[in-house]
This record gives sequence, structure tokens and C-alpha cells, in this order.
Amino acid sequence: MGGFFKSSIGRKVAMALSAFFLMFFLIIHLTVNMTSVFSADLFNELSHFMGTNPLVQFALQPVLLFGVVFHFVLGFILEWKNKKARKVTYFKNNGAANSTWMSRNMMYSGLVILAFLVIHFADFWVHEINVKYINVEPADPTRYYHELVEKFVPIWRVVAYSVAFILLGLHLGHGFTSAFQSMGSTAGRKRALQNLGKAYAVIIPLGFIIIALYHHFNHH
Amino acid sequence: MKLKLKIWRQKNASAKGQMVDYDVSDISEHMSFLEMMDVLNEQLISKGEDPIAFDHDCREGICGMCSMYINGEAHGPDRGITTCQLHMRMFKDGDTITIEPFRAAAFPVIKDLVVDRSAFDRIQQAGGYISVNTSGNTQDANTIPISKHAADEAMDAATCIGCGACVATCKNSSAMLFVGAKVSQYALLPQGQIEAVDRVKNMVAQMDLEGFGNCTNTGACEIECPKGISLDTIARMNRELMKAHI
Repeated sequence: MGGFFKSSIGRKVAMALSAFFLMFFLIIHLTVNMTSVFSADLFNELSHFMGTNPLVQFALQPVLLFGVVFHFVLGFILEWKNKKARKVTYFKNNGAANSTWMSRNMMYSGLVILAFLVIHFADFWVHEINVKYINVEPADPTRYYHELVEKFVPIWRVVAYSVAFILLGLHLGHGFTSAFQSMGSTAGRKRALQNLGKAYAVIIPLGFIIIALYHHFNHH
Repeated sequence: MKLKLKIWRQKNASAKGQMVDYDVSDISEHMSFLEMMDVLNEQLISKGEDPIAFDHDCREGICGMCSMYINGEAHGPDRGITTCQLHMRMFKDGDTITIEPFRAAAFPVIKDLVVDRSAFDRIQQAGGYISVNTSGNTQDANTIPISKHAADEAMDAATCIGCGACVATCKNSSAMLFVGAKVSQYALLPQGQIEAVDRVKNMVAQMDLEGFGNCTNTGACEIECPKGISLDTIARMNRELMKAHI
């Protein structure tokens, strides 16, 4: 299989496989976050489990980190290679005539998501590591809900958060069906996958944005 | 019709090219785009200037030679056609039209609008064939049962004329629609099965070697393809390569 992943198609498949993993992760993340709208206790309970369970912490979390880094790094490498494949660019190019904006700008929607992840990691992941391993604080299984809500108090955070998720929606709007196409999905499933992809690309970002708006307007 | 043209001029493969402005008149809306180019070249020749080099052969949409990127689209603004099938009625009197060669590192410019597409030939030579015994005891192809559906799909893929519009259009200069079509036309037929594993491996390896980019599934190639080759052929090639490696 080594030769396979060195080929252009193998790399597409690798991008698709990491995308599937990340898209599955988004469903889990949204589900956990959504509980914060309905029950602070349930959200705290789930967050505490995620933050302390050894399987999640030492097996799934490294896999997730690897998946995120892999998808970004391979995406950048492929973008760079693709740029090299056309040394002289067109004087006039009408890209909108034959493809969607989101399909042509996965790199830019990806960069916005990357910028979001930097803030996201600084806010939550660095904080978690600090509290748990560096400046160890006594375990407080009820702190998570307040940590979440206070992030959505400043309006600039809610706006930046919403923009990032709209860009994620555009990334998924192309990425969902693209991943299936790369995996060799058959023609018969095309329509169903396109509809499923549209639904997924709207529901996931909208869910996160609704949670942000809910906490902003309920606690300010 | 009178038109303003911006055309890529490049003396040879190693020269640096540039866009040059031309005015052309006496263009009938019934002319094909190549006939308009002929009129322009007549005007240039009568003035003692170097005519614009462009590829053309059949002028009926079969040969795939007329590689022009017109107003930002391969073969111009119409759909399902080559440049020779593009009519001047698609444009208005006084329009400015930009004409460039197909751009890709793997399609170097030879002169003006003429590009070297022999990379496609080398991909084809790497596996785009079946080995048939032609020593006199060749099996009659009609004795091999093939479903109507498979025959139709194979024929659809085989309509690819190798013009390179897919590469020219693709933002990544990817050749996957071409290779997908060539792999598909054999993958769908029993005659193609014996060499199926080597075919897809070798053709994809040659495609990568030629310096084409990676497909990101924008679907632009499918829209611009004069023969309507479907993205499904790329998906089939992906499946074929996965099967070949497992």
C-alpha cells in the first residue's frame, strides 16, 4: 500500500479519510456542546468525562490531534503542488463559470478554520493542560459550563466564532461530497450524497452558532 | 462585427510571451471562432506580420486539436463544444475577447496558442490499450456478452478526444478526467480486465510523472469537457486504483 499513498489519487484518499474522521468528530463535538443549552449539569458531566477519561485523553485525543494536523499539512502540500502544476497563470480566468466559490477556495476557508483553531486551542486546550498538569488546581467537575459561557459574553468573540463557522460550512459544503468522490463513490449515490452533504454543511455550523448566540443573549 | 482581441503571442517554447491587442473587422456571426482567426491571420499576412499559430485539424469537433482558452474558459463560453464549434454569434459587435493557450506545466507552449499535449500520449502508452491476438485466430468481440448499460457507459467514456480542456480548466491543472475516461472505457468491458491492475497503476504513475496537479473535485472539467465526460469516471479510476493496490 506504500506506493498507493505516494500517488496523486492515494493522497486524495488520505485527505478524504482524515476528512471523514474530522467530520465524525464534529458531530460528537456539536452533540456535547448542544447539551449546554439544555442542561448545565449534563454538559459538566460530559465535559468532565471527556477531560478525565484515560481512553479519551491518551488514546482518542492524540489521534484527533494527528488527524487535524495531518489534514492541514497534507492540504497545504497538495495546494503547493497544484500551484506548481501551472507556472504561467491565465490573463483572464472565469472560474465562476464552471465551479463553485467554495470548491475553488478550500485553502482559504481552511485557513480561517485554522486561525479559529489556534484561538480555540489557546482558550480551552492550553487552559486544560495548565489546570491539569502544570499549575494543578483541585478538580472541579462543575467548572466547564462557566468556562464555556464566559467565552461567549464578548460580542467580538461571538461574531468571530460565527464567521469561522460560516467558513467551516462553506468548507464542508464542498468537502463532504468531495471526500466521497475521492473514495470512489458510485454514480447512483450521487444525488443522495449531495443532499446529505448540504444538510451536514448547514446543520453543523448552524448548531455551533446557535449555541454561541444562546449563551451570549442569556448571560449578558 | 468588429472585435477587439487580446491574444497570447509567444515566438517559441523558450521565449517569453505576452498578450497583444488586435482589431478585427468583417466578422460574420455565422463564422466559427477558427474562421474568425483565419480572417485575422489573412489581415496579418497582408500586412506582412507573423500570423498567429493555433492548432486545428478536423474543424468538426472530433480531433480535439483547437486548444484555446477564450474569455477565461476552455473552448470559450458555450458548452459541449470545441473551439471550432464555437460560433461568433456567441459574441456581440464591439466585444473584447481574450485568447490564450491551454495553460499547464505539463502542456508547454510551442508557439502562440499551440501547446504540446504529448503528455497525454505518454499516459495513453503507459496502459491505455488492450492486448489483442491479431495472428489470425482473433476472437469475435461480438461473442462476448456485455450488458447494454456497461457498453453505453464504456462508450460514453471512450468519447474523450484528449483535447486537454479538462487540464486547462482545472485550477490544479489535473489530468484526472482524461485518465479517468481512458481507464473507465476499459474497466467497464471484459476485454479490459486482464490488464486492469497494471493499466490503472501505470497510467496514474505516468500522469503524476508528467507534472499534472491533484484533483480537488471542483467539477470544472466536467462542465467544460466538449464530450461531456462525467466526474464518475474519476471516481471509477479511484476505485480501480484502490482495488489494484489491495
